[in-house]
Amino acid sequence: MNWLSQTLTSSLGKKLIMALTGLFLILFLTGHLLGNLQLLKDDGGQAFNEYAKFMTTTPVIKILSYLTYICIILHVIYSLILTIHNRKARPIKYAVSRQSENSVWTSRNMGILGTIVLLFLVIHLRSFWYEMHYGSIPTIEYEGGGQIKNLYQIVVEAFSQLWYVILYVVSMAALAFHLSHGFQSAFQTLGLRHQKYTPIIKSAGLLFAILVPALFALQPVYIYLKNL
Amino acid sequence: MYFKLKIWRQKSPEDKGGFQSYELDDVSPDMSFLEMIDVLNESLERKGGEPVHFDHDCREGICGTCGMFINGRPHGPQRGIATCQLHMRSFNDGDTITIEPWRARSFPVIKDLVVDRSAFDRIIQAGGFVSVSTGGVPDANEIPISTSIANEAMDAASCIGCGACVAACKNASAMLFVAAKISQLALLPQGKIEAKTRAENMVEQMDKEGFGTCTNTEACEAECPKEIGLVHIARMNREYYFAKQSSESLSEREKVHEG
Repeated sequence: MNWLSQTLTSSLGKKLIMALTGLFLILFLTGHLLGNLQLLKDDGGQAFNEYAKFMTTTPVIKILSYLTYICIILHVIYSLILTIHNRKARPIKYAVSRQSENSVWTSRNMGILGTIVLLFLVIHLRSFWYEMHYGSIPTIEYEGGGQIKNLYQIVVEAFSQLWYVILYVVSMAALAFHLSHGFQSAFQTLGLRHQKYTPIIKSAGLLFAILVPALFALQPVYIYLKNL
Repeated sequence: MYFKLKIWRQKSPEDKGGFQSYELDDVSPDMSFLEMIDVLNESLERKGGEPVHFDHDCREGICGTCGMFINGRPHGPQRGIATCQLHMRSFNDGDTITIEPWRARSFPVIKDLVVDRSAFDRIIQAGGFVSVSTGGVPDANEIPISTSIANEAMDAASCIGCGACVAACKNASAMLFVAAKISQLALLPQGKIEAKTRAENMVEQMDKEGFGTCTNTEACEAECPKEIGLVHIARMNREYYFAKQSSESLSEREKVHEG
């Protein structure tokens, strides 16, 4: 085995892949959120539809989106590999275990939280990503813009169903808890720890973990209430 | 004080093992936890029974030999102490106390509460040393080291290798132990020379022993009797990644033979 594959298949190498893919997905979330905020504009969906067109047709964005797919897949696969390995490391469980006295719940349940986020992702991608790329979406014409796909209409229809809105809010709560540990954990894994910067990373991570999922969850709630 | 004890009994590594219940009365609150087990063992022996086997040596928290999983936590409910430093006054009269051995694939049970921690020894043998000939004690300040670095290295060096980090970790990961042993040398000038091969070899041996991987739950830090912190795990990660991408360690096939 050469030195590079030896590094990446070691315990620390697998953790490195988890941390790097996780951090990339944090960047992706930031970008995705900024785009989605167009949904809150009161312009009948024009800004959002133009944004959706830009995201699906610009070459640079295409490269970034493929990178995102790769990161999601690697993050999931490596989490499975590591979880199976970690389970094997303790074949006989303790009869009495009081883990709540030495660690926080989120840090011990990243797998469960991640699974909720992954299930959400499948439903989310089927509803919008698949429809935008391969579905038949009605088009709409704006002044000087020609015919473009009216994804906004699909979004409004989806978010007028209460169960769908609830699914989004619950999933974003899971994402919030996942990020509250994952954000700072990624920096720790990369070895980026310093008395000066770690408190900032931890605070920023907590702020990110609350703010970003809250703003994501706001959109379905806002659209649902607007169309009641 | 009166206690109900639920203790893991296992005759041999091959034996399936199981919990046995005992009742113990007239326990002094000033007894250490190990003395309480001593009292139990004396009464077991008087009745012709087999005493509970457990590891112990210095009984003052500096050797790292003792270690029991007490009521769901390594070294019991108190922070920053080993099992031998735990006293019965930390429990309430009439409590049921469950005592288990460390549980990890890499720490197989030998008998009752005694586990085989030689995996730690093999990790040290893989690189936890400095290959210089030791002479007399060097003069003070002959090698300049700042106080903060010296203190940090000393913090890492306070690891007694008891294995509570592995026992506490939900993944049975040994990273706090390995990180402390890498850190204590990597921080000091004498250890810098072999820093790269040390990090590579010790992590490789840790993986070979079958320990789990760290998920940064920080349980090890909370349960370590010497309160060694995750800052050392971050340093180990840096040392390892840096070593891997820049060291000269290559297999024969990978080496480019020049000249």
